[in-house]
Amino acid sequence: MQTADLLPLILVLAAVAYGFAYMRSRSVAAPLGGIRNLKALPAYYAARAALWCAIPALVILGTWAAFEGKVIQDIVMASLPAELAPQSAGHASLTLSQISNLAAGKLDPAMVPDGISGAAALLQELREQSSRFKALLVILISVLGGAFAWTRVAPHINARKSVERTLQRLFFVCAAVAILTTIGIVFSVIFETVRFFGKVPMSEFLFGTSWSPQTALRADQIGSEGAFGIIPLFTGTLMISAIALLIAVPVGLLSAVYLSEYASRPVRAVVKPLLEMLAGVPTVVYGFFAALTVAPFIRDLALMLGLEASSQSALAAGLVMGIMIIPFVSSLSDDVINAVPRTLRDGSLALGATQSETMKNVIFPAALPGIMGGILLAASRAIGETMIVVMAAGLAANLTANPLDSVTTVTVQIVTLLTGDQEFDSAKTLAAFALGMMLFIVTLLLNVIALKVVRKYREQYD
Amino acid sequence: MTNPGPQAELVRRSLKRRYRKERRFRCYGIAAISIALFSLVILFTDIVSKGYTGFIKTTVTLEVHLDGELMYLSDASDPDQIAMADFQAPIIKALQEYFPQATSRADKRELSRMTGSYASNQVRDLLTENPGWLGSTRIIEFPAHDTVSVYVKHAGDPGYSIRLTEQQQRWTDELLSKGVIDTGFNDVFFTSGDSREPSNAGILGALIGSLLTMGITLVIAFPVGVAAAVYLEEFAPSNSLTDFIEVNINNLAAVPSIIFGLLGLAVFIGVFGMPRSVPVVGGLVLALMTLPTIIISSRAAIKSVPPSIREAAEGIGASKMQVVLHHVLPLAMPGMLTGSIIGMAQALGETAPLLLIGMVAFIVEIPDGFFSSATVLPVQIFIWAGSAEQGFVELASAGIMVLLAFLITMNAFAIWLRKRLERRW
Repeated sequence: MQTADLLPLILVLAAVAYGFAYMRSRSVAAPLGGIRNLKALPAYYAARAALWCAIPALVILGTWAAFEGKVIQDIVMASLPAELAPQSAGHASLTLSQISNLAAGKLDPAMVPDGISGAAALLQELREQSSRFKALLVILISVLGGAFAWTRVAPHINARKSVERTLQRLFFVCAAVAILTTIGIVFSVIFETVRFFGKVPMSEFLFGTSWSPQTALRADQIGSEGAFGIIPLFTGTLMISAIALLIAVPVGLLSAVYLSEYASRPVRAVVKPLLEMLAGVPTVVYGFFAALTVAPFIRDLALMLGLEASSQSALAAGLVMGIMIIPFVSSLSDDVINAVPRTLRDGSLALGATQSETMKNVIFPAALPGIMGGILLAASRAIGETMIVVMAAGLAANLTANPLDSVTTVTVQIVTLLTGDQEFDSAKTLAAFALGMMLFIVTLLLNVIALKVVRKYREQYD
Repeated sequence: MTNPGPQAELVRRSLKRRYRKERRFRCYGIAAISIALFSLVILFTDIVSKGYTGFIKTTVTLEVHLDGELMYLSDASDPDQIAMADFQAPIIKALQEYFPQATSRADKRELSRMTGSYASNQVRDLLTENPGWLGSTRIIEFPAHDTVSVYVKHAGDPGYSIRLTEQQQRWTDELLSKGVIDTGFNDVFFTSGDSREPSNAGILGALIGSLLTMGITLVIAFPVGVAAAVYLEEFAPSNSLTDFIEVNINNLAAVPSIIFGLLGLAVFIGVFGMPRSVPVVGGLVLALMTLPTIIISSRAAIKSVPPSIREAAEGIGASKMQVVLHHVLPLAMPGMLTGSIIGMAQALGETAPLLLIGMVAFIVEIPDGFFSSATVLPVQIFIWAGSAEQGFVELASAGIMVLLAFLITMNAFAIWLRKRLERRW
């Protein structure tokens, strides 16, 4: 039985346990003079039985399903005869896919060595055994759990307390998923990064000025080592983000100021949702817009001015990214400006300052830390943005300061290295994880600083 | 008392300049908003003007004589013969009815490029299904070749290059005037999966893939997010563990989405050995990504339930859990639903993490389950936008319109829900 079939089965069993426990609690209560004499309502006894039935079974099912594939794989690989045992990780994954294709009947058994077809038969058998045992074990545990809770339906036991305790623990587990996710992210990048630094020295990665991760097919090919210097990626990322911020910060800030100080209520009611629509447009749409409309336009414009522009210029990607983060900057600035106490504004206006003077000389200085925090958040958003640059910026890692040139970014390289054919364990694949780690660290730092700044600033006026 | 005269005079004289500054500042604000709104308008006009032709298909309707001799086929129920037969020949023959002088080898090749590359497969499939049709004459509607379609829809548009020979252009014009080549609503786009040929490519596969992925995301992210929010708002003791959870949630909300793709690749595919390109893995990754959004908005919804409700419930003897489950959650539900729908809309438009877990593969079949290879709407748009054939650009824009229609519907529904159900205390 498959995991997908077992899930509904467990739910059905839990419902059955609920029904049985409910009936039992009523029949236990009847001779005592009604459910008034139970420590908890019948529904709580029933809910406890359902929880006992479902939770242990679900935990076992989840653990089994998570590790089943890996364990079976390892057993099958270990069973291969010595002459077929894989020498490298790439060979191993090839053998493995051969075996599983054979087992799925997609491959003709005559095409592969005997050892492989034996392994395929073993794989098939192990899979069947595993799913049989899994189904048996899960059903057994679930029935036993339900039965145990059923026997514990007694007037002196307070089922409500145990149900509530269990629910509270469940809620805690859900909240802890956030921690687990962070741990998962850290570990998934850290292991591969450490292995990457085993192949490429860290100093070369951090300070190298050339990036060409192509690993050669033959050992004697020119440039077979590949170069993993991150500097050109950093400058490319910085340039595109800087262009984006140059657009987004003034436009976002000034629109926020206008909307909160000058605009009439109906204007605000129309313009604000329209601005927020910009934030709701998926990034792939911006990417499409940048690659097929803005980039050709900029190239033609540059040609008209007598300049040489690449068809995948940093300027196009930066411009469109800037448009994308306008609503981000404007809504953050709006919050910050509105958090400045009314008294400061009123005091300045009462002294005879115009609205713009109040804005520039009183509110802005007061709101500056918050605005800086908002800009940092926007910068982290720009650095981590992927689709616009994947579609509109190039792949060539040029070390250049010309925005009309094509540059590449960290996120573009992660996507390029991890899509398409990849071999495990090659420096090329591992490099993507090292880049991911850099990206994670940088954005995390920016966010932490930004949140600190914003919080500190809020405390000042609270 | 000093005389205020000269100072007042000074202020009065500077007023003009200050008011000018004031007006200028106001203009800056208007300019900023105009830039933002102008970009929005340009974006939408660009997408619509590029994409509306994606909803139009060009067809070639021919009276095809399914001549067995011409196709080297004597028995259409024999798979060996079907595999060897020439199904292009009757199509060329049917076109030659209109152009009897086109008999040379080069002419025939040009004729065969009037209908789409899969036209012969269409004839083959028809004959395999109805072996009795062999020898009869049938009226069959073929999708036009990509180049013909571009010529029909975009002749004179500088954004497209016409790749038909002059002879083919003449033929196309003539067939157009005779009604053999015609345009109509592109039903193929909504009823098929991806294809190498723009005229055969559709969005249905990606749409189903998106629905399956979103299903997984919703089933995981909504209950977990709501439970986490309830814990943090109602039960969490104020200790360092709770603080740590909160810091984590806030940071996860700002982690670039592509990092979640790395997580999915390393953990779900690497450690747990799940298959690539399947909706389950995509749904899990997107669930982890939207979780912070749902938690944060759910907490805001719980916070907005007034304390008097809680106190009243506690006053008549409800336990903490009863207060939460019977009173706070139902009252906070509209806010939580609104936040979740907005989070789901974000997830629906997300592309980058799905590229890393292999949902970018070329998949023709329409996915039929959570474990079958699939792609999703935004990734399909990405694939089409990067394809070489010109016909794919309009499909990508049309796909964007479909995606935006979904997003706008979801957001409108969220707003309606909030207006309808949210109570003001």
